[in-house]
Amino acid sequence: MTDPDPPLLQARGLTKRYGPVLANDGIDLDLRGGEVHALLGENGAGKSTLSKLLYGFTRPDAGRILCEGREVAPRSPADARGLGIGMVFQNFMLIPALSVLENIALFLPDLPAVLRPGALARRIGEAGARFGLQVDPGAPVRQLSVGDRQKVEILKLVLARARVLIFDEPTKVLAPHEAAALFEVFRALRAEGYAILFITHKLPEVMACADRITVLRQGRVAGGFASGQADPAALVALMFGEPLADRPSPATGSPAHGPPILELHGAAAPAVGSETALRDLDLAVGAGEIVGVAGVSGSGQKELGDLILGLRPLAAGRKTFRGEDASRWSIGRMRAAGTAFVPEDPLAMAAVPGLSVRENLALGTGRRYFKGPRLDWPAMEAAMAASFGAMGFPVPRLDPPIAALSGGNLQRAVLARELAHDPHLIIALYPTRGLDVRSARAVRDLLGRVRAEGGGVLLISEDLDELAELSDRLLVLYAGRIAGEFPRGGWQAGPVGHLMTSGAVPHG
Amino acid sequence: MVETLARAGRALLRHALVAAAALAMFAVILLLAHKDPLKAYLDTFRFALGSADGFVELVVRMTPLLLTAVAVALPARLGLINVGGEGQLYMGAWLASAGAFLLPGLPAGLMLPLVIVLGFLGGALWAALPGLLRAARLVNETIATLLLNYVAPLIVSYFIFGPWRAKGSSAYPQSPLYPDAATLPALFGTRIHAGLFIALLALLLYWLLLEKTRWGLEMRAIGGNPEAAQRLGIPVAGWIVLALALGGGLAGLAGMGEAMGVHGRLRQGLSPGFGFTGFLISWLAGGRPLGILVMAFLFALITSAGDTLQITQGLPFAVVNILLAVILFIVLARRPAAGGGR
Repeated sequence: MTDPDPPLLQARGLTKRYGPVLANDGIDLDLRGGEVHALLGENGAGKSTLSKLLYGFTRPDAGRILCEGREVAPRSPADARGLGIGMVFQNFMLIPALSVLENIALFLPDLPAVLRPGALARRIGEAGARFGLQVDPGAPVRQLSVGDRQKVEILKLVLARARVLIFDEPTKVLAPHEAAALFEVFRALRAEGYAILFITHKLPEVMACADRITVLRQGRVAGGFASGQADPAALVALMFGEPLADRPSPATGSPAHGPPILELHGAAAPAVGSETALRDLDLAVGAGEIVGVAGVSGSGQKELGDLILGLRPLAAGRKTFRGEDASRWSIGRMRAAGTAFVPEDPLAMAAVPGLSVRENLALGTGRRYFKGPRLDWPAMEAAMAASFGAMGFPVPRLDPPIAALSGGNLQRAVLARELAHDPHLIIALYPTRGLDVRSARAVRDLLGRVRAEGGGVLLISEDLDELAELSDRLLVLYAGRIAGEFPRGGWQAGPVGHLMTSGAVPHG
Repeated sequence: MVETLARAGRALLRHALVAAAALAMFAVILLLAHKDPLKAYLDTFRFALGSADGFVELVVRMTPLLLTAVAVALPARLGLINVGGEGQLYMGAWLASAGAFLLPGLPAGLMLPLVIVLGFLGGALWAALPGLLRAARLVNETIATLLLNYVAPLIVSYFIFGPWRAKGSSAYPQSPLYPDAATLPALFGTRIHAGLFIALLALLLYWLLLEKTRWGLEMRAIGGNPEAAQRLGIPVAGWIVLALALGGGLAGLAGMGEAMGVHGRLRQGLSPGFGFTGFLISWLAGGRPLGILVMAFLFALITSAGDTLQITQGLPFAVVNILLAVILFIVLARRPAAGGGR
C-alpha cells in the first residue's frame, strides 16, 4: 500500500457540485516531482474547479487530497501554500505600484520585520538565473511586460518554497516568444524536481512540454497519457468525445471587390499614459475582406482598434466609414452605423459582470429596441435567439449574471450580440485568445461567414496561423505604424517576423 | 417567492440585531452619564411611537431624509459618490425661495409647481457642477460635492443677512415668511406637509427608473463596468452629469420641503445635517428602496430620541450623534463578512 516514492500531490475521487452542475466528478490525479503534467479540456470541462480544489479555494464535496502520501485538507490558499502548493493565476496577483522585490517580499511567509533588500535581491537573482526567470528586482511591476510579470509570480512561489506549481492557462496572456520562454522555465523547474500542473487547451503547447497528460471532459477524467503516447487527434477526440472534423478553412474564395467600408488616411493619435502612439496610418477594409493585423504585443493594436471604434479622437488624418467622414463620430454612432467589436477579454471590455445575461445582450444594441422608456425585451430576445441559432450556439439561460458563464460561453454571448444586426465592420481584437479549440474554430468560422456575406473584418491577432488562415491581406503593426503589407499567400514567416520585431526587413 | 421572503426576513433580523447591539452599547454611555437607559428608551419609544405628536414629528423628520438618501443612492448606482446632499438641499431651498420672493403674487396653483421645480433645479444645478468636472475628468466628484457643502449655506446666509432679511427680527437672521401660496399644504391638519408625497414618489420613481427602464439599465451598466459601458456606446459622460443632477435635484426638493413645509421661511439652520444623514441611510440600505424607507424611519426615530433625551434627561441633543456613530461602527465592523452594499 505504501508507495516508496509517493507523488507530491494526489487527488483521489475529488467531487464538487455547483447547484445542478457536477463540475468535478470523482477526479484522480497524480502530480509527481520532476514532471510537467498537462491538464487539457474544453471550456467548462472542470479544469478551473479542480485547480481551485487543489489550491484550497473551495472544498470538495467528496474525495481526498494527499500531499506526499499524507492526507491533507487545505481550507484556504494559505493552507495550500503551507503545504508547498502554489498557483499562478491568469490574472496576476501583483501590486503594480510596488517593485518586483517588494511584491515578492510581501508573499514570503518568513518576512522579517525589517526588510533586508540586499539579501532578498540576491535570492531573486539566484533563482532567476537557475530557472530562467531574470527580472530586475528594483523595477516597479507596472513597468513590466506581461511575460515579466508572470516571471515574478513564479519567482514568488519558488522563493516561498512551493514544490507543486499550478499554472492556470499561463500562455493565454503571452505572446508566442514569451510562451516559448515559459516552457524553458518549465524545463528548468522540472529538472530541479518541481511538480508542474499546466492547465491549457492549446494542443501544440501540450505536445511541446508535457510529460503526462490528463484530459477532462464534463467534469470527469476522460483519459490520461504519458508523453510520447499521445497524438493530437486522439487528444482532440478525448476532449470533445468525438473526432473534430478537419473542416476546410472558410475564407478561401477571393474577396468581393466592393467600395471600402473603412478607410484611414494618415491617421494619428498621441499616446495616453503607457500606451503606444499611432502615426501615419493608411488602412482600408473592403467589403467582403478580412484584413489581418499582426504585431508583437504593445505595438498599438488596442489603440488602433479604439481609434477606429471612435473611443479616441484622431489627432491628425481622416477616418471614413462607408464613404462618410467618420473622423469625429462617437463610438455610439460608429456602432449604430454598423460597427461591431469582439474583444479579447469580454468580461472586462464588453460585458457588465453583475448584470444578467439578458441585460448584457441588450446593452450595446443602441436604439434598436427602444420602446418608450422601456426596452422591447421580447423583440430583443428573439433577435438574439436568432443570432445564437445562426451561429449554431445554444441560447444560454438569460437570468443568471453573465459572470457565471464560462469563458467560451461568454465569448459566444458577446459574438451573438455583436453579430445580431448584420454589422458592416467587425473589429476583432484577439477574439480567440483563451478559447478552447472548438470555440476558437467557431469564432473563425463566423468571421469567415461575415466576410462571405459582404462584411469587412479587421482581425487583430497574435496567432500567426489564425491570421494566415483568415486574412485576405496582412498588415504588420510595429511601434504604432504599419510596417508592411502583404496580400494573401504573399507572405512568409521570415519577413513578417522581422517586421513584427524590428519594423524592417534586413537587406540581402 | 418563498426564497425572497426568507431573504427579506433574514435582512430584517440583521437590521434588528444591529439596532439592538447599538442600543446596548449606547446604554453603557447613558449609564456613564448617570442616566437610566431603560427609562430613556421607554420615553423615546413612548413619545415617538406611542403618541400622535411624536409620530407626526417622526414623519416630518423622515421626509427630507428619504429625499437626501435617494440623492445619494441614485448616483451611487453609477459608481458616483455624492457627499454633497447638504449643499444641494440648501441650494434647492434657496432657489425655491427666490421664486417665492420674486413672484409673490402668483396664485397657489402656479406658485406650488414653480417652487417645486425651482427647488429641484437649485439642487440639480449645484450637483451638475461636480458632475461636469467629473465627466471632463478634471475633479473627483466626491471632493467637489463635499466642498460645495461649505459654499451653499454661505450663499443662503448672504441672502438672509442681506437682501431677504426680515424686518423686525433683527436678533435672528431669517427671511420673512413666504406668501401663503408658496407654503406646502399640511396634511391631516398636522405638521406633516405635502413634501412627504414628493419624497415617497421620488423613492418609487427611483426604483422604477433604475430597475424598469432602459435608462436604468444604462446607468447600472456604467456602475457595473464603466469600460464596457463606454465600449458599448453608452454615453457615459452624459449620464454622469445627469445622474448627479437628478440626485442633487432630489436633495434640493428636501430643502424646498423644509423651507416651505416646515419653517415657512428661509433660515440658516434649515437642516441639522439631513444631507449627511441621507448619505448614511443610503449607504446602510445598500441603495435598496425598501431599505431606504426602513433606514430613514430608523434615523428619524434616533433623531427624535435626541429631542426626548434633551427634554426628559437633560442631555444635550448631540448625544444622538454618539448613537449614530455607534450604529455606524457596528455596521462597519460586520460589513466584511456580509459583503458589499448590495
